[in-house]
Amino acid sequence: MSSAYPTLTARRFRPVTQEAPLVRVALIAFVILVLVVLLFAPLIAVFVEALAKGWLAAIESLAHPDARSAIWLTLTVAAISVPLNAVFGIAAAWAIAKFDFRGKALLITLIDLPFSVSPVVAGLCMVLLFGANSLMGGWLVAQGFPIVFALPGIVLATMFVTFPFVARELIPVMIEQGRAEEEAALTLGASGWRTFLTVTLPNIRWALLYGVLLCNARAMGEFGAVAVVSGKIRGQTATMPITIEMLYNEYLSVAAFSLAAVLAGLALVTLTLKTLLEWRHADQLAATHRH
Amino acid sequence: MIHIEIDEISKTFGATSALHPVSLAIPSGALVALLGPSGSGKTTLLRILGGLEYPTSGRVLFDGQDATGLTVQERRAGFVFQSYALFRHMTVFENIAYGLRARPRRSRPSNPEIARRVARLLDLIQLPYIGARYPNQLSGGQRQRVALARALAIEPRMLLLDEPFGALDAQVRKELRQGLREIHDTTGLTSIFVTHDQAEAMELADVVVVMSMGRIEQIGKPSEIRARPKTDFVREFISV
Repeated sequence: MSSAYPTLTARRFRPVTQEAPLVRVALIAFVILVLVVLLFAPLIAVFVEALAKGWLAAIESLAHPDARSAIWLTLTVAAISVPLNAVFGIAAAWAIAKFDFRGKALLITLIDLPFSVSPVVAGLCMVLLFGANSLMGGWLVAQGFPIVFALPGIVLATMFVTFPFVARELIPVMIEQGRAEEEAALTLGASGWRTFLTVTLPNIRWALLYGVLLCNARAMGEFGAVAVVSGKIRGQTATMPITIEMLYNEYLSVAAFSLAAVLAGLALVTLTLKTLLEWRHADQLAATHRH
Repeated sequence: MIHIEIDEISKTFGATSALHPVSLAIPSGALVALLGPSGSGKTTLLRILGGLEYPTSGRVLFDGQDATGLTVQERRAGFVFQSYALFRHMTVFENIAYGLRARPRRSRPSNPEIARRVARLLDLIQLPYIGARYPNQLSGGQRQRVALARALAIEPRMLLLDEPFGALDAQVRKELRQGLREIHDTTGLTSIFVTHDQAEAMELADVVVVMSMGRIEQIGKPSEIRARPKTDFVREFISV
């Protein structure tokens, strides 16, 4: 009879939420494998390909006017569309989380629209609305302010595609925090604007940061919508992702991968920035119980 | 010290009416309990007094003057919220100083003056050393007292407290009842608190207002209500 017990007593010392050692090792190994194959290896491959013919060739290809124009254009588009979407996202999340009004469900659906519509379709809609053949577009072109095949169109398309990121990140946080702190600030004599700046905004700053980083990553990487709207004019309206595709199609692999490495590098910089901020403000993060 | 009058105040939210027209006069300097089960309209009434909600009809008078249209900022009511609503990203010191810093520049105290006042309030709530802590580093009882100090910092005309003891365990609740009584007696502020706990209302308040389903059932001193409950509802509610 006693022979049936040893395994039972051994098991009793393991925390109830923990699996058997073999299962644990297998699961961990599987996760690491997936991470390496899906995330890590492609990233390394980009840099390896970029440097296949040495540093000099990579840097030379980046110094090409078309590449420089693409980098500059992508940064410009992100610099315009991300702050605007942050403002719109805050406004939308604030309205949805703190107020009850008619049409709220519709507004939430509308905010999610860019997630469900293919970016290419979004780009086509922009062309239909603002193209030279449309009523509005024709008039704007006549005023010397073309939208499609120019910077404004690229910015509009990027903003459409990245619209939900900030709002989506903020809405659950703002709903969870409720209205009580804002009400408290008002009873203490603060104006609405002061309440927003000193209570609402500090309480959502981390969620806002994540939203902005996601929005930025997507804004710099957007391909589909921008491909339709920009007209892919080399050196003028071709952003980094579009230039990368064109170079790759022309078998200029060092140039394509060098530019791709810069794009990936920009993403890595934002990730590092986020981690640094989290690390420096760990105490505040704990104090506001978020992430 | 102000005298508060509630004149035929009603409030409807969509199709449901939270308050049927109710009238009530609160003598200056009194400590009043709005007592009733949940859904009785007591919190709605308190929020209307504080300017956080506007009545559907009726008037609120402070010292005989119509205050119905005053904004929440203009009311200068010290409001203590149910779960205290302390600013979680600010220290206790900054929480208490918030109302003073929010004043327009010409009436804003200087920084040393703000520090002096916050220190005095921390003494009043008997927590002199917690100024540098964050709200989530405090116990429930300490949070309640900080919320009280923050409300008092604006030199309010009255004190409004929404279930001030609701989130506390029985032992702390008893201690803090005494604390609230003492603070009321020192400041002399007209104070109104909402509670669903009849023992708390009876022990602490000068005047108890019993409410049910958006109506006032009875107004009176605790001893009067105990001796002569006006309705069956009051009799049953205070016998629990």
